[in-house]
Amino acid sequence: MTSKCENSEARLRRPRPLEERVVSHVLGACAVLCVATTAGIIAVLLTQSVAFFKGVSLWQFLCDTQWTPLFTDKHFGIWALVCGTLLTSVIALAVAVPLGLLGAVYLSEYASQTVRHFLKPAVEVLAGIPTVIYGYFALTFITPILQKIVPGLAGFNALGSGVVMGIMILPIIASLSEDAIHAVPSSLREGAYALGGGKFAAIRRVVLPTSFSGIAAAVIIGMSRAVGETMIVAIAAGQQPRFTLDPRVPIETMTAYIVQVSMGDTPTGTLEYHTIFAVGMMLFIVTMTLNIASYYLRKRMTRGAAT
Amino acid sequence: MNALKVKKMPNLPDASRPVTRMIETRQPAQISKTPRMQVIDLHAWFGKTEVLKGISMSIASRGSTAIIGPSGCGKSTFIRCLNRMHEVVRGARADGKVLLDGLDVYSPGVNPVRLREMVGMVFQKPNPFPMMSIRQNVLAGLKLQRIKRSDEDELVERVLRQAALWDEVKDILSRGGTTLSGGQQQRLCIARALALEPEVLLMDEPCSALDPIATGRIEELILELKSAYTIVIVTHNMQQAARVGDRTAFFCLGQLIEYNDTATIFTKPLNRQTEDYVTGRFG
Repeated sequence: MTSKCENSEARLRRPRPLEERVVSHVLGACAVLCVATTAGIIAVLLTQSVAFFKGVSLWQFLCDTQWTPLFTDKHFGIWALVCGTLLTSVIALAVAVPLGLLGAVYLSEYASQTVRHFLKPAVEVLAGIPTVIYGYFALTFITPILQKIVPGLAGFNALGSGVVMGIMILPIIASLSEDAIHAVPSSLREGAYALGGGKFAAIRRVVLPTSFSGIAAAVIIGMSRAVGETMIVAIAAGQQPRFTLDPRVPIETMTAYIVQVSMGDTPTGTLEYHTIFAVGMMLFIVTMTLNIASYYLRKRMTRGAAT
Repeated sequence: MNALKVKKMPNLPDASRPVTRMIETRQPAQISKTPRMQVIDLHAWFGKTEVLKGISMSIASRGSTAIIGPSGCGKSTFIRCLNRMHEVVRGARADGKVLLDGLDVYSPGVNPVRLREMVGMVFQKPNPFPMMSIRQNVLAGLKLQRIKRSDEDELVERVLRQAALWDEVKDILSRGGTTLSGGQQQRLCIARALALEPEVLLMDEPCSALDPIATGRIEELILELKSAYTIVIVTHNMQQAARVGDRTAFFCLGQLIEYNDTATIFTKPLNRQTEDYVTGRFG
């Protein structure tokens, strides 16, 4: 008896294995690193933006309609760049939302198992294409085609790059919307059928409204990608900041401007150099707002699905 | 809905008549002579598994028919075949005749969507539509079928009263359907089905997700509704069958073992298997 008791005491007091103790610290360090990187980026953006706003007033930044920091007649109206970003993103959404949503409904509700088996990975292949290829696709393939249809379309324009950007974000929107539609419990579909609803009526009246927050989250994530997309617009949209909503002329987005300055011969520490941080800050604020909105919508979706 | 009946009646295959007579002689005399629904040699499959192995029974107009039996006996599948909800599931298939007022609902040309409007269904788990208010849930059937009615308010009040829910929700009609308690949600689902003025109301274990008090209220409701509607209720709870069923059918392993007045089933069943089940010796 005694020996048995000692034995169990020894067993109880045996220390936790080393790996158990180490692993939580290692994982914790990784998590901290991610957060620290984000904090570092924000800190750099902030300090450099402050340097920019010492030379340019916030008033000028928000109220001027021209963006010409690299010219002798300097203007710092951010809206010229915001307009370009907004224009290409809206065109991209106009392409990707209807196609993505209809595709998601088809995949989730109508496609047979075999079709779904082939189609879903095929759609996701689109997401794996490097954006530089999309850029040349826009410039050398889509734009010439569009020029035959749209009169007065310049070689570099918002329309072609927007359309291609729509193709780029299509898999994200389709895939996330499909997840949201798939998450609608089948009991709700059956409830709709039992009330004399046809298949499409059930989708329209019950399935889509129930998955609305998930679909909205998918659209916002897609928009956030479009706003942040760089390569396509740098290649195919031109480099002329312009306060316009005309999709036919060359424009410049916030991202494309940053590329232009980063790759040019602008000396560090100058006002021209600081502009990219102010633009980066603006871009970051927009995408972060979109991501936070999407996060809350998805949280609402999971809560809705639980009930 | 009457148009469908009138239109389809002349197409009724005459061959069904002798079968019908055969079935009526097989059933005890006390089963109503004017059946609302008649099921003739109904088979159902999930993939390759046959879950219903030739069910024939008639369901009388008005009153309630309870279906009892051990888990997996096919009782839920059976009522899901009555409004063709069974075939909604991928890989599920049914074969046989189900006559509603004489018309085979499985005959070609019958639109299952219209059928489900006439044969309403309440599910095991309350499933009000989460993005709709209480009022919108009641009117969901009309919305799904694009039916416009000028008397929506009266309809909402009438069916919510019928479902014994009006007094609890009359001031919160615009609140979400899923904010209600489980028992209230289930009564909302009943109201939703009643709003379509169904000929038959199918209930698939409507109380199995509810507590005893909510169950009691649903049972009271069934007792009230059965004077106006034809109700078929599946239940795994034998006391419930005894309380609410006018007639009871006992299913086992995909077959109808015995079908009779509830009192007879529970006091002097003819079949040994039935007796073992209702006395709790098996199942």
